[in-house]
Amino acid sequence: MWASFRAELVKLTRRPAAWLLAVVTVVLAATFTYGFPYAGIAGGTDGPYSDRTLPMLLPDRLVGNSLSGLPVFFGALVLILGVLTAGGEYGWGTWKTVFTQGLSRREVYVGKLLALAVAVLAILLAVFASGAACSMLIALVETQPVRWPSVGDLAVGIAAGWLIATMWAMLGAVLAIALRAVALPVGLGLVWMLAVQNLLSGLVAPVLDWVATVQQGLPGPNAGSLVAALGAPTDVPGVAATVGGGQAAVVVAAYLVAFVLIGGALLTRRDVG
Amino acid sequence: MTLPVETEGLTKRYGALTAVDDLHLTVRAGEVYGFLGPNGAGKTTALRMLLGLVRPSAGTVRLFGRPPGANQLARVGALIEGPAFYPYLSGRENLRVLAHYARVGTDRVELVLDLVNLTDRADDRYAGYSLGMKQRLGVAAALLKDPRLLILDEPTNGLDPVGMADMRTLIRRLGAGGCTVLVSSHLLGEVEQVCDRVGVVSRGRLIAEGSVADLRGSPGLRVLADPLDEAAARVRALVGAERVRVVDGGLDVAVEPERAAWLNAELVGAGLAVRELRSGERDLEQVFFDLIEKGTTDVG
Ligand SMILES: Nc1ncnc2c1ncn2[C@@H]1O[C@H](COP(=O)(O)OP(=O)(O)O)[C@@H](O)[C@H]1O
Ligand SMILES: [Mg+2]
Repeated sequence: MWASFRAELVKLTRRPAAWLLAVVTVVLAATFTYGFPYAGIAGGTDGPYSDRTLPMLLPDRLVGNSLSGLPVFFGALVLILGVLTAGGEYGWGTWKTVFTQGLSRREVYVGKLLALAVAVLAILLAVFASGAACSMLIALVETQPVRWPSVGDLAVGIAAGWLIATMWAMLGAVLAIALRAVALPVGLGLVWMLAVQNLLSGLVAPVLDWVATVQQGLPGPNAGSLVAALGAPTDVPGVAATVGGGQAAVVVAAYLVAFVLIGGALLTRRDVG
Repeated sequence: MTLPVETEGLTKRYGALTAVDDLHLTVRAGEVYGFLGPNGAGKTTALRMLLGLVRPSAGTVRLFGRPPGANQLARVGALIEGPAFYPYLSGRENLRVLAHYARVGTDRVELVLDLVNLTDRADDRYAGYSLGMKQRLGVAAALLKDPRLLILDEPTNGLDPVGMADMRTLIRRLGAGGCTVLVSSHLLGEVEQVCDRVGVVSRGRLIAEGSVADLRGSPGLRVLADPLDEAAARVRALVGAERVRVVDGGLDVAVEPERAAWLNAELVGAGLAVRELRSGERDLEQVFFDLIEKGTTDVG
């Protein structure tokens, strides 16, 4: 398992696509969480996020701000990372190479997931770090006090973010394994996250009660509720407190476990060839 | 001594198609075994089942006496149906990644790169490799574990004649070094020089097995003599009618080649003009083709 983990880490860290995704995630997070809202406040114009006020961009709001992208944008990007990590092996036909090296398929799979989880954590920490830098810069420019969230809040925030992001990455991986491909899983995953999920919560759930109920069990709304409970601004797409934070954490964790088990069952049982 | 490869009744069905049909395959320790058959005969499917990549519909596989499972492949190297690597990594990085999976030291990487003459280009991205270089990297990966059993599926695909000759030399060297090699090919002539034994598969079934000499059968003699009908009658009287066939204006005589001088003396003594008398070595690909034809009609 550790052998597979190390191999997988090498594969991930040398992969240009993984770096591209990480950079895009960090840049998008900084731009949408701090860049545009601050430009709006500084310019005094009306526009998206115009109801954001300066205190919302300061360092003490770091946790909520850093988690706000997880239900949709950040989630979509790590979903792609998950698809690439598992689906690449189908695209290049490399499963047969890996599976004939002497490790069991389960060991290979678990090592891969651990490496994916570590990569996801690294991206999350980068988002927190860039958020810390942006908020401190804004505080200094605006001569506002620089107060940081407590270590406990930070730890809970990072843990919750890691849980959600890993769940999305695993959704990507399980789609890639189920469809044995890259392009189709990316497409379907993004349609789900960016379109279907928003349509359900924005248009359908308010008029159909049963959809609203079902929604409360879906991964997106639960991720949104969890980050909302930790202070993410609710004007960000996907962030809404539809269920309580504790329940949301349990549901997200359950999805994570389910995706891991389904992916593992498919990968270890099916023929490679 | 446990057998490196032993299958019993190995079968794989894809819907109505039986890709591998009741295969009993035995590869002995230290031998180079040629697994031969035309395209689509089921070679790759059978080798995938040996490696646990494909689950058999029926039958069993044992490598070194052990059923498939974790660690069973610890000292089995394989190249199945073309090399597959990470295109964004260099050849060397690809092997290092595999060395992690195989839990062997990275010193093996340099060694196997050298074995396949790829050291010069080891730092180039795999995506930029020629077909032959990719194939050689595939062989290098198969050798990474210092295997006791090496399974090579059509390893000369994509290689130029020099590359093919290198590959044969390498296989022979590995065989001489005590490694058991199972090599598949759709051309008998390509592997016959390196194989101790060969098995021929057609439509998933093993239709012949033995040394190349066994399969080729007794070479016999080819006689061109005038007049042909008198020569035929004379030879039939000498060796028995069932051993003589008139083919393409000459005689195929099923006797040991050592009897050429004697036969020549008899024919000349009988006043016949002998134009040519030689060992009637059958063309290997013809032997192969005949076997497959025969196997196919038997099955049909
Ligand atoms: N995954 C698969 N699904 C369906 N048919 C397959 C599959 N793999 C192989 N086959 C069929 O099995 C037969 C044997 O294929 P293969 O083992 O690749 O032959 P060879 O390696 O001898 O050329 C072929 O008819 C091929 O089309
Ligand atoms: Mg084949």
